[in-house]
Amino acid sequence: MGNFFSALGDIATTESAYRNAVIAAAVLLFAACGELVAEKAGTINISLEAMMLAGSFSAAIGVHLTGSTWVGLLFAMLAGLIVAAIQANMSHRLPADQFVVGLVLNVLVLGLVGFLTGSIQPKSGVVRRVSVPVLSRIPLLGPALFDAPWVLYFIFPLVPLVWWLLYRTRWGLEIRAVGEDPNASDVSGLHVNRLRRQAIYFTGIVAGFGGGYFLFARAGKFEDSLIGGRGFIAIAAVIFGGWTLKGTVAGCVMFGLVGSFVLTIPSLGYKSIDSSFLAMAPNVITIIAMAVFAKRVRQPAALARPFIRGLK
Amino acid sequence: MADVGERETLDTEQPDEAPVTKQSRFGATAEVIVLYVVCLFVALALAAICVSATGGSWSNVYTAMLDGSIRKPGRWGLTLGVSAPILLVALGTIVNSRAGLVNIGQEGQLIIGSCFSAYIGVRLAGPGPFVLVVAMIFGIIGGAIWAGIAGALRYYRNVPEVLTTLLMGTVALNLMGWGLRNTSLLLAPAAGRANRNQVSEPLAHDTRIPRVTWFGNEFPISVLLAIALAVLVWLVVDRSIVGFRLRMLGSNAKTAHRSGVNERRYGIGAMLVSGSFAGLAGGIMLAGGDFGNYQLVANFGVGIGFAGLLAALVARQRVFVAIFVSFIFGCMRTGSGFLRATGVSGRISDVVQGLLVLALLLPPAILYVRARRRALSATSTRV
Repeated sequence: MGNFFSALGDIATTESAYRNAVIAAAVLLFAACGELVAEKAGTINISLEAMMLAGSFSAAIGVHLTGSTWVGLLFAMLAGLIVAAIQANMSHRLPADQFVVGLVLNVLVLGLVGFLTGSIQPKSGVVRRVSVPVLSRIPLLGPALFDAPWVLYFIFPLVPLVWWLLYRTRWGLEIRAVGEDPNASDVSGLHVNRLRRQAIYFTGIVAGFGGGYFLFARAGKFEDSLIGGRGFIAIAAVIFGGWTLKGTVAGCVMFGLVGSFVLTIPSLGYKSIDSSFLAMAPNVITIIAMAVFAKRVRQPAALARPFIRGLK
Repeated sequence: MADVGERETLDTEQPDEAPVTKQSRFGATAEVIVLYVVCLFVALALAAICVSATGGSWSNVYTAMLDGSIRKPGRWGLTLGVSAPILLVALGTIVNSRAGLVNIGQEGQLIIGSCFSAYIGVRLAGPGPFVLVVAMIFGIIGGAIWAGIAGALRYYRNVPEVLTTLLMGTVALNLMGWGLRNTSLLLAPAAGRANRNQVSEPLAHDTRIPRVTWFGNEFPISVLLAIALAVLVWLVVDRSIVGFRLRMLGSNAKTAHRSGVNERRYGIGAMLVSGSFAGLAGGIMLAGGDFGNYQLVANFGVGIGFAGLLAALVARQRVFVAIFVSFIFGCMRTGSGFLRATGVSGRISDVVQGLLVLALLLPPAILYVRARRRALSATSTRV
């Protein structure tokens, strides 16, 4: 145990640990921000993983074809949107089960991306770092947050944007209403399933962008194991955050830190701490948090319940 | 907090209960068949386009998949062996879906089951068959524990079981990874394995599931066990009071409560059964011999849990359809083994499988929507 705490101390003073943590937290945050909107509208969007993976693959394709990172990011958003369109229309236009559709999409996109990567082998690279003048000189955290690959900086406007969308626009109010009480929303003239579809489209765009971001900020070269379950961790972060934006951000930061531990601990020479336990920590923490707080935290009342007019 | 148990699992509520229309019976059947055929054709065509676009030959791919799964001598035995665990997972999934619970962590439950089986199967001393049975029982216990945690959290702490099962899948995978790094747990002693290979000790010859040969095809007898269990599940779920109570719980938890169904007992029970089947699937994967060399490796699950889950969902919780779907999914896996000769990546089988599942989800949904529309227009003209 003492070993663990000395490792903790070492990590707290290692700059690269912060860099890793910020990069890992940001990809979770992109996805989780999208997922939060979908869950507020009443969908547990399991296909988040597929959206991210499709996003990063298409980003690689975009760069491979045109050489421009911007086109790559555009492709990423489009790919996320396509996955979202399948998910949304099958589960909220046709009455297919949302979990089934999500699971199938995860399998399908993973297979498709793996298949296409083998035959195309897209070339792409890590984007350059852009440093913000004064802020990047803050010790430890400064370089991680403000001397980062430039694609990271999109996360700073995204979080307030999601807050504004959800809590300060009519659309956001309707989204939340649809997630809380679809029948009442329907009676008051909202198009429940259309709003839910729109929420999923938003999720797809943001998560796809997140996938593209991760390719350009961390990996450089696309592999089909790039996302590797981060979509599920992002879903966990939303739940861990109790379906609030603040909580979601906190969850992503925490899971990002844990992810960075996993990466940094071996390089600091701590071989005795098994990485498996760190890798599973986000999930275990989320489950425990849910078990402890589930009675206090309130999920959107109609979460995961499909809406079909006339059924209950 | 909202009561999760009231959630509609759409699968249980679809066309069977869709409003009755006055269409002729023959016309309706023809419509269903045409829809299914069109959807499946589109799915296969999409996969074919995918192959052609990357420079492969789609006819070669489909021929190779058929050869690899059924046509070539000895292959359908292998396919049966691969299908058995898929079927077992699907059977468990049918039980929990009937109770209105969504378990999507079968992969994790399967892995824990296989770990328990491997540990007992290697450590326990005794006559082979006895060790084998005990190992399988421990596999069942392992899977049941993993699903039971989710069930208990659902009924005692109101934590949605969808999320816990999903999250515990990753935990299981990491636990196995940890076990495979420690000789005191699962890792084989250094003498018997290549250096740095993270594998468990193979089961001894007499603790493996016996294999039989029919018509030149060899498969483990666990296939027969899986089919027997399918019949048992059908009897219990479709033909018994317990099954009726489960269905009642799934379709309307309030009615179930008022007619005296103990929600906790039946709900957690359904989760335990579901996990047991996944755990047993892990056990027979280990001891059956169609998945590697009777030992655990890092990616031991190879998506069988997900395949079983999908099989149950595609079969829409009907046991005998699930047998058929599991076999088709098994074909996808064994068929992809023959793809290397065609120069097309084996991953195409995942694509085909995913597209097929999507295609199979569409017809019931479309039929439901259309039946509803007809009913609505019928009522509006009457008024």
